[in-house]
Amino acid sequence: MTLLSIEGLGISFGGLKAVNDVSFTVKPGEIVSVIGPNGAGKTTLFNMISGVYRPGMGKVVLNGEDVTAMSPHLLARRGMCRTFQNLQVFQSMTVLENTIAGYHLQESGHVLSDLLNLPASRRRAKAAEAGARELLKRVGLERAAEREAGSLSYGSLKRLEIARAMALKPKVLLLDEPAAGCNAVETEEIDHLIAEIAASGVAILLVEHDMKMVMRISNHIVVLDHGEKIAEGDPASVSRNPAVIAAYLGAENAAG
Amino acid sequence: MRLTPKSVTLLALVVLIALSPIFFPSGFYYRIGALIFVNALAVTGIVILTGWAGQISLGHAGFAGIGAYACALAPVHWGIHPALAVVLGAAISAVLAWLVGRPILRLKGYYLAVASLGMGILISMVLNNERELTRGPDGIDVAELGLRGVLKDAGLDLSNGQFWYFFCGIVLILGAWLALNLRDSATGRALRALHGSEVAAKTVGMDVARLKLQAFVISAVYASVAGSLLALQNKFITPDVAGFMHSVEMVTMAVLGGVGSVAGAIFGAAVLTLLPQVLTVFAEYEQLVLGAVMVLVMIFLREGVVPSILRKIRGRGE
Ligand SMILES: Nc1ncnc2c1ncn2[C@@H]1O[C@H](COP(=O)(O)OP(=O)(O)OP(=O)(O)O)[C@@H](O)[C@H]1O
Ligand SMILES: [Mg+2]
Repeated sequence: MTLLSIEGLGISFGGLKAVNDVSFTVKPGEIVSVIGPNGAGKTTLFNMISGVYRPGMGKVVLNGEDVTAMSPHLLARRGMCRTFQNLQVFQSMTVLENTIAGYHLQESGHVLSDLLNLPASRRRAKAAEAGARELLKRVGLERAAEREAGSLSYGSLKRLEIARAMALKPKVLLLDEPAAGCNAVETEEIDHLIAEIAASGVAILLVEHDMKMVMRISNHIVVLDHGEKIAEGDPASVSRNPAVIAAYLGAENAAG
Repeated sequence: MRLTPKSVTLLALVVLIALSPIFFPSGFYYRIGALIFVNALAVTGIVILTGWAGQISLGHAGFAGIGAYACALAPVHWGIHPALAVVLGAAISAVLAWLVGRPILRLKGYYLAVASLGMGILISMVLNNERELTRGPDGIDVAELGLRGVLKDAGLDLSNGQFWYFFCGIVLILGAWLALNLRDSATGRALRALHGSEVAAKTVGMDVARLKLQAFVISAVYASVAGSLLALQNKFITPDVAGFMHSVEMVTMAVLGGVGSVAGAIFGAAVLTLLPQVLTVFAEYEQLVLGAVMVLVMIFLREGVVPSILRKIRGRGE
C-alpha cells in the first residue's frame, strides 16, 4: 500500500547536518505535510527525495524500487514530480509552453520526426497543447496562456508550476510551499486543487508555512527541526505535541 | 493558412530570395547573396545550439572545414559524386560532434566551449599540416557539382552566380524550415526549457544531456553543409574555412541578429557578410569589427537586433 517510503534519509553540508535520519511513508491519495521552522531542512529533504541532491545516508523507495539519488528525469518516468520553493519556470517561454513542457514524456518522439514536422509530431504536439490548456483552466491561468512566463506575478507562477507538474500525471507529487506569495483567495484555490489531486489517487508531499492550510488538508504531518524529525502524526495530535510547540516558539523567540 | 511566426519568417525569406535579384546592379551581387545564404545556414545551426539549448561552441568552423574538405577530397580519392560528398561530410561531422559532445555534455557548465575550441584548432591544424592530402595552407581545388549543367540541358540556363545564388537560397530555406519545425516541437521546446532551468527540465522528465547532444549534432550538420556549399561554389577551399576566426564570425553573426531567432540569425549573417564587401576598410579590420559588434550588442541589445525590434513593435501594439 505504501507508495513512497523515506528510510533514514540524511545529508550534511560541511559540518552542518541539514537533514538527519528522517523516515516516513506516503500512501496513494494521501497528503503528507512536512513542517518546521525556517532552515529546518524541508527543502533539502525534498531535494534528496527528488534526486536533486545525493543523500549522505538512507534510502528513497518508490513503488518498491530503490530510487535513491536517481536522476530527476528518471524519477519523472517513474511517476515522481515536484515544484520548487524558489520558482523554476522557463522564463522566456510562454505560460502555455511551460505547461506543455510538462507533457514532455508523453509528447516527445524522434528528433528527426520533429525536424520534419511529421504528422506524428504534430499530432502529439496538438494533444499536449489541448491538455495544457485544460490544466491552465484548472489553475486559473487560461487567460495568461500566451504571455511570457517571466511577466507573471509570483502567485501565478506558483500555480503555473503546479500545472506543469500535473501535466506529468504523477503518482507522487512534491509541492514546496505552493501557496507562498498567494493571497487568501488564491491560497484557498490551491488548497482545493491539492485536495482534488489527492482525491484522484496521487500521493502528495507538501511543505507549507500556512498552518491553517496544513491543518485543514493534511492526512499526516511530519515535523522537522534542525534536520531531525521531532514528531509525526495526524494534524490534531501534532498541533498538541509539546516538542512541536517548543520548536515553533523557540524559532519565534530566536527571530524576535 | 494561419500566419504563425514560422510561416511569416519562411514567407519573408522566400520573397526576399526570389525578388532581391531585381535590384542587383551587377552579376557580382549574386555571389554576395550566395555567401550570405551559406553563412546564414551555419548561423541557423548556432541558433539551435546556443540560442535554444544555451550551449556555446567555439569550434564550429571545424565542422565547416570537414564539410568543405569532404567535397574537395572524396570525389578525387574515392570517386564519390560531390553531392554525396556533402552527405558524407555531414555524416562525419555528426559523428565527430557526437563523440566530442557525449562525454562533455554530461557535465554541467560551459565545458563545451573549451572542448569545441580544442576540436576546432585540431581540425584546422590537420588541414594545414597534412599537405600530402590537403595541400596545406595554399588550398585545394574542388570538383564541379554538375547540377548547373543538368539544369542547362533541361532548358534552364543560369549563370554560375545565378545558379549558386538560387541553390544556396533554396538550401537556406530548407534549413530554416527544419529549424523552425524543431523550435515548436517537443525537442525544441525541451531545448529552450533546459536553457531556462535545467533542474526544472529534469523534473519534467527531460534527458538534459541527451537533448544538448542532439542540438550539438544538428548544429554541426548545419555548419558542415554550409562548408560544403562554400567549397563547391568557390571550386576552391583553404583551411581558413576551419579557422578560429570563422568560428567567432559565426557566433558574432548569431549574437548580432539575435541568437534565439532564426530570422535574426539570417539578418546577422547578411549584415556581417555585406559589410566587408561594401566597405572594404572593414575587410582589413575584420577582427576588430567582430569584437566591437559583440561588445555593442551585449551592452545595447542583449537579445540581438531582430528580437529587440520585434519586441518594440509588439510593445507598441499592446
Ligand atoms: N546546498 C546547500 N549548501 C549548504 N547548505 C545548505 C544547502 N542547502 C541547504 N542548506 C542548509 O541546510 C539547512 C536547511 O535548509 P532548507 O532550505 O532545507 O530549509 P527549509 O526547511 O526549507 O527552510 P525554509 O522554510 O526557509 O524554506 C539550512 O541551514 C541551509 O542553510
Ligand atoms: Mg524551504
